[in-house]
Amino acid sequence: MLRLALRRLAFTLPTMLAAATLVFLLIHLVPGDPVDVMLGENAQAADREALRRTLGLDRPLTVQYAAFLGGIATGDLGRSLVSGTPVAELLAARFPATAELTFAALAVAVALALPLGLAAAARPGTWLDRGSVGFALLGVSVPSFWLGPMLIILFAIHWRWLPVSGRGTWAHLVLPAFTLGFGMAAILTRMTRASVLECLSEDYVRTARAKGVGRARILTRHALRNALAPVVTILGLQFGALLAGTVITETIFAWPGLGRLLIDAINQRDYPVAQGCILLIAASFVAANALADVVNGLLDPRIGAAAARGGS
Amino acid sequence: MRASVRLVLGAVLVAVLILIAAGADLLAPYDPAAQILSENLAPPGAHHVLGQDKLGRDILARVIYGTRVSLAVGIVTVLVSLLIGTTIGAVAGFVGGWVDELAMRVVDVLLAFPGLLLAIALTGVLGPSLRNVVIALCLIGWTGFARLARGEIMRLREREFVEAARALGVPERRILLRHLVPLLATPLLVQATFGMAAAIVAEASLSFLGLGAQPPTASWGAMLNDGRAFVLVAPHLTIFPGLAIMVTVLGLNFLGDGLRDRLDVRTPTDLWR
Repeated sequence: MLRLALRRLAFTLPTMLAAATLVFLLIHLVPGDPVDVMLGENAQAADREALRRTLGLDRPLTVQYAAFLGGIATGDLGRSLVSGTPVAELLAARFPATAELTFAALAVAVALALPLGLAAAARPGTWLDRGSVGFALLGVSVPSFWLGPMLIILFAIHWRWLPVSGRGTWAHLVLPAFTLGFGMAAILTRMTRASVLECLSEDYVRTARAKGVGRARILTRHALRNALAPVVTILGLQFGALLAGTVITETIFAWPGLGRLLIDAINQRDYPVAQGCILLIAASFVAANALADVVNGLLDPRIGAAAARGGS
Repeated sequence: MRASVRLVLGAVLVAVLILIAAGADLLAPYDPAAQILSENLAPPGAHHVLGQDKLGRDILARVIYGTRVSLAVGIVTVLVSLLIGTTIGAVAGFVGGWVDELAMRVVDVLLAFPGLLLAIALTGVLGPSLRNVVIALCLIGWTGFARLARGEIMRLREREFVEAARALGVPERRILLRHLVPLLATPLLVQATFGMAAAIVAEASLSFLGLGAQPPTASWGAMLNDGRAFVLVAPHLTIFPGLAIMVTVLGLNFLGDGLRDRLDVRTPTDLWR
């Protein structure tokens, strides 16, 4: 299993390299001279030269690229143009808040989606089933930047049950986690329902039924386990949406994470910090996908064996 | 809800939204940019049905004009993405070899990022404006259409009618353009419907973050961004533009879902999420 995990991890390297390359190229997409954009047209020539040197923009592109990759490898992502703090330090300070929010949202999504999807598949055509389909459609149509404020208006202002914003106690986490996890819960519910329904029509379920295995046991032990593989894959893929969604959720709830750092950096034209944020979020996404594959290998030995042979 | 019901409901909702966008000048009770500073943050009332924003502008008028912005962004983004993506995907799938390899590598790199994150990064460097939002969304959105077109063409090019056409001496170019591409119409239509919903949400997300539409443009996302500071005292600034986004996206998703079932196609749905 460890070999499989390491192997899968090795497969992420080209993707990571490509992501890093794109992030590197981003600064060269800035229309005109990035130094002018950052300092304004009226800056002193000496200041502009100094910034150009700090950013390494006076060197040939290939040298810049090598230095950029070397920096990533050694954990040196440059310094903030605004505060002068090393970017790695800023990221390390903000990462725990974003991780906390993301995993809480993931927990909300799974806790809502698995029981609901399973129950819907167990009783197709009933009100519960139709309700789950409706929830799935609603969930993907409600944007988080509206759901969040609505939850604030209801739970924090009207009923005063939960804090409006900020990070601190567990109570602070509830609304942001729900806001971020809601859309994913909808997608997962739909996926779980479809996947369980498909498994229930398999031969081994008929066999189990013929053997006299109980309904609940068939659902939880036979169908659910086999149905989980596509759900876990979607979980990995949707994890990216969740991570990107933190940018919006953190903005709504003044949550001091990477997303806020990214938007503030963009607004202040603090490109090294923005690059660092994007790189870290993208890396987390790639890692989550790899993790989903490894979990799938654990769930289904056939997938594990295929991956160990070098398949995808 | 049955698929046929969703199809009709979605089609009606989308048709109404198009009418609202087209007739905004007639429907809006006030000029969406007209400020009455003395009435700022006024709640819904007899004269201003949905209330007024921080500058005393009529929210109903701004929501109505916002329909125009959202639909325009959605339509332009999807059309450009579809055109570029289908061309690249169809050629890659038909020609194969290094062309296909190169195209798919580029798609893979772009998909290594969560879509919204890449859109944030691109609008961040290009500068905040509605035009740059569309550019960023197109730079990402074509990948979905390219993958779809490539997959379909690869599946179709092995079919007998292609072999028959080839045997009759039909040039390769003509086989691709006249025999294969028309068959992409249905899956692309479904994908385009979902894609439009995704593009509208993405524009609203970016405008909400301050990276999209700039004042005084009446964009739903920008209105939500304006309302953020006043959510405690004036929730109507947030409620109505959000409802508009939800209804629009729900309508498009219903339409896409209904079309998918009716036309019997399977497509990946989320492009810019």
